Amino acid sequence: MNYELDKTFAALADPTRRAMVERLVQGPASVSELAKPLPMSLPAVMLHLKVLEESGLVTSRKEGRVRTCRIDPKMLSQAEHWVSERRRMWERNLDRLGAFLEDETKD
Amino acid sequence: MTRSVTHASFTITRRWKSSPARVFAAFADEKQKDKWFAGPGSWVAIERKFDFRESGHEILAGKWNTGMVTRFDCVYRDIVPPAGDAAGRIIYSYNMFVDGKKISVSQAAIEIIPDGDGAKFVLTEYGDYLDGYDDAGSREHGTNALMDALGKSLES
Repeated sequence: MNYELDKTFAALADPTRRAMVERLVQGPASVSELAKPLPMSLPAVMLHLKVLEESGLVTSRKEGRVRTCRIDPKMLSQAEHWVSERRRMWERNLDRLGAFLEDETKD
Repeated sequence: MTRSVTHASFTITRRWKSSPARVFAAFADEKQKDKWFAGPGSWVAIERKFDFRESGHEILAGKWNTGMVTRFDCVYRDIVPPAGDAAGRIIYSYNMFVDGKKISVSQAAIEIIPDGDGAKFVLTEYGDYLDGYDDAGSREHGTNALMDALGKSLES
């Protein structure tokens, strides 16, 4: 598996695409189901879907005349894991550093 | 096994009411750094080296109560102490190992910037995460929890 996390985050930086991902987290949906609540044309939704697919967050497959989209939970798991683990480690360290600096200031 | 490289970067900003020199010392002095860096926790140090100078190595290996051994192996690349109004910085690259397996190669830049009566701290880290390393715990999260975590990362 080889993908760029930057693409994942760029894909999720857009509110329309976040709404699409939030919808797909509930379960698979057709492109028209995805488009229904969105205030834009179907071609515009298709463009957003393309970005989500390139990021690896979403996969879609054409079954007959219907294109069904679904979330790729494996991608979400890795994306979450990579960044948040290292971030969490630093946040904890910096909390301790802040407390350490505060103790020093009091002395 | 699958060969892969995942690229990721993040930035963390903090502000403390301590002078830039004090903050820098917390990184430059081994005794001070040991008080906050990667401890205390449910692990014991099994290897420690601290050579805070350009091209110097810092190593911190520890055994967790689960039996897992982690090893942080760092080389300092650029060290500039803060002076007066001028910001200080520490730039280093490091490898991270879990049970002897290299899981990532990263570079981190720490900037310590004078800010009124205190110091602004900015950490920017870029990492290459190798071969789909994953720990058992991260798979236990539900998809919604993952979305929350991603959202928080995006907000910061």
